[in-house]
Amino acid sequence: MDLLNIIVQGILLGGLYALFAAGLSLIFGVMKLVNVAHGDLIVVAAYFAYFVMQLLGIGPFTSLIVVVPVIALVGYILQRGLLNFTLGDDLPPLLVTISLSIIIQNVLLLLFTHDSRKLYGGAIEMASWRVTQDMAIGVLPVIQFVIAVLIIGGLQLLFYRSAVGRAFRATSDDREIAQLMGIDNNHIFAIAMALSLAVVAVAGVFIAVRTTFNPFYGPQLLIFGFEAIIIGGLGSLWGTLAGGIVLGLAQAIGGHINVGLPFTAGHLAFLAVLIIRPEGLFPKAVQ
Amino acid sequence: MPLLEVTNLKAFYGDFQALFGISMSVEAGQVVSVIGANGAGKSTLLRSIVGMLKAAPGMIRFDGEPIGGVGTAKLVTRGITMVPEGRRLFPSLSVEENLMIGGQLGRPGPWSLERVYGLFPALKDRRGQRSMSLSGGQQQMVSIGRALMSNPRLLLCDEISLGLAPILVQEIFQMLPSIVAEGTTVIVVEQDVMQALAASDHVYCLQEGRISLEGPSRTLDRGAIRAAYFGV
Amino acid sequence: MTAIDQGSAPVGEAKPRSGFQVTHTSLSSRLGLIFWAGLVVVLIAVPYWGDRQTMRLLTEIYSFLALASLWNLLAGYAGLVSVGQQAFVGLGGYTLYLLALWGGFNPILGLPLAGLIGFVVSIPIIFLLLRLRGAYFTIGSWVVAELFLQIFQLVPAVGGGSGISLPAAVVKSIAASRDGREFLIYWIFLALVVAVLAVIVLLLRTRYGLALTAIRDNEMAAKSNGIDVNRTRTIVFVVAAAATSMVGSMIFLQKLSITPFSAFSFNDWTVNMIFITVIGGIGHVEGPIIGTIIYFVLREYLADYASTYLIILGLVAIVIMLRAPKGIWGLVADRYGWQLFPLARRLKRRESSPTASPQPGTGH
Repeated sequence: MDLLNIIVQGILLGGLYALFAAGLSLIFGVMKLVNVAHGDLIVVAAYFAYFVMQLLGIGPFTSLIVVVPVIALVGYILQRGLLNFTLGDDLPPLLVTISLSIIIQNVLLLLFTHDSRKLYGGAIEMASWRVTQDMAIGVLPVIQFVIAVLIIGGLQLLFYRSAVGRAFRATSDDREIAQLMGIDNNHIFAIAMALSLAVVAVAGVFIAVRTTFNPFYGPQLLIFGFEAIIIGGLGSLWGTLAGGIVLGLAQAIGGHINVGLPFTAGHLAFLAVLIIRPEGLFPKAVQ
Repeated sequence: MPLLEVTNLKAFYGDFQALFGISMSVEAGQVVSVIGANGAGKSTLLRSIVGMLKAAPGMIRFDGEPIGGVGTAKLVTRGITMVPEGRRLFPSLSVEENLMIGGQLGRPGPWSLERVYGLFPALKDRRGQRSMSLSGGQQQMVSIGRALMSNPRLLLCDEISLGLAPILVQEIFQMLPSIVAEGTTVIVVEQDVMQALAASDHVYCLQEGRISLEGPSRTLDRGAIRAAYFGV
Repeated sequence: MTAIDQGSAPVGEAKPRSGFQVTHTSLSSRLGLIFWAGLVVVLIAVPYWGDRQTMRLLTEIYSFLALASLWNLLAGYAGLVSVGQQAFVGLGGYTLYLLALWGGFNPILGLPLAGLIGFVVSIPIIFLLLRLRGAYFTIGSWVVAELFLQIFQLVPAVGGGSGISLPAAVVKSIAASRDGREFLIYWIFLALVVAVLAVIVLLLRTRYGLALTAIRDNEMAAKSNGIDVNRTRTIVFVVAAAATSMVGSMIFLQKLSITPFSAFSFNDWTVNMIFITVIGGIGHVEGPIIGTIIYFVLREYLADYASTYLIILGLVAIVIMLRAPKGIWGLVADRYGWQLFPLARRLKRRESSPTASPQPGTGH
């Protein structure tokens, strides 16, 4: 039963990783940009939630009402004000987002010091459902997993059934001709980034409730998202969800074998996929 | 007042000058054709008009307003659009999605999905298919339909006959009058000179970035056109 | 129409034996070489007139310059933006320590061994990483470095989380006196950075160097000209890994102790490589040199404000990438055509009557 418990934990954690990945792959899909500061922005969202919670005296989930729109707006401005100017070649977006990552970490360090923080969700953190005699599942992980799946499903719907999604796909196909449809590239890219950061905001609050964070936590989260994408396969959000789950499982099992091992186990799983099946476990045929 | 007035338009690709002071004027309701050999600057002219190439503000006027330097997306909202060379459909989108995205802006006008299907019935049967799975001629229809969906007042057509069988080309050009009848002015850039002359009211001939000849399509002397085309 | 005129001869006459010759030097680069030679002589003599603090500062400058130059080779020439080079810095350090600990040898022998280990370990790494394109390669390189960090933390045999200190006996075996040790280490660092730069310059002068420039400018075109992009990148990666490991081994020899966190620290090593190269000028050999100077000058003034310092560097780097992507050296050099190393490729007409003028260099 212990093993079953671990498997369930891993799967639920995987949903969270899939959220990290979803924001990242959304941006890559629309404008071929990989935002190296993605993880750091998740941490920014967590700190902002912390700040809002202190200021307004509300809980982390309530804070989402403020945090999500504000962080989304930050994404819009970031894209329109900075990242749009880097698009085109390979090197500038990479080096600019790397620099951005370093800047964000150090700004957070100045503002909030090195101390670890956590968002306190109250009673729900301890709540659990007793499934069988030996096994209980935490309520919070389940809720987070369900919300993660809903968000990913929502993104799929958006991409394939809405006008905005159509605009995203068209712009990703052919940036120049998309303009002939009246689509302003600067604006649509910024909308995509805003959407990505909205997802990031949710992910940030979720992870910050489950574990402690500090200004340098970002790269770790970026790596989780990235590993989920590679394990799952490029091009498909559901594949990314699967990848996140596999990663979560690997970490849970690794952590069970040795308490120092979870992340290493995840890296090894990622490397294994890269060696054996580099296109990922569930790659999309097209693209 | 002409719908489109181009005055002394110069265009550059980096250091290379492609247009050396083009002037032309298009009245509403006309079909104007621009002919010329490869590299003469025909596509460059269209791209400048639709905002893909930078031009000084006063060089291009639409309804009297200077539009040089205005971005393409903005010009589409004002009613200028283009059927690009090589069709350039969106591969990730189905036939119907390609048409729908043409109408993304929701500009008011006679053209709608149903009207476009009315013009191109073959497309209706294939509405759910991947756009790239269609034949060349059908793709061209999608491309034209997509442009019409934005209800343009001025439609630019860049070599729509390229790569199509002559009978298809004729079919497509025969639709131009119905497009014009709905209130769209058309500029066609063509390598197929006879087709261009037959379908248009007025013709401009470009040669190495300059206008070598212009006049009414029906009455212009064929010999003069040949000379102007090749720059003999 | 073209600038290169083969010199057509009137029909009936034999064509003059005009050919073309590729030359690397120019007045500027000749002056540059003289300058470098003089500078190296001065630097060799530092232990005799400088104090310990000066030597320490200089060795730090040398190590940053070497690391940044190697990073520049990877990112600015081979198009491989790696944020995991700290893996090799640490690997080199640990190799030296473990050799000294287990073998009891003079740790200086760890230097070539570190290079060898770095070389060998980097081969499977690049083989895997080349399956990832562009930015995914970058993040993948980070994962590799993270993995190194975690493994070294977990394995007690290499000291685990608390690391290793270099035992006093081993330290003494480097040289008898403290001064002797400092001098020796200083000279080795100087030799190392000179060797690294020399290898880079020589590499760029070969066919591989030309291939690198082609890959950097347009990968697709390079491929269609028959350049095996993956093989060229592999060669550059393993060479850079070996050299980085060697620099790392010396860095930690000087530090006298090593922990996984100091060994594989992104902030201590890679951040500097990146900022120095980007600000100085990515894709130019001179770039990291200028960048290192700027970095240390700025550090003088902002030493107390570690975080602010990094924020400023980051902002400068962003501005440079947007406005002057070739960095400060790029701005200057492209304006005046300067080069401090003989790296340009100029086509000179090889004729008895030299009427030819050098064509615009294909850059370096």
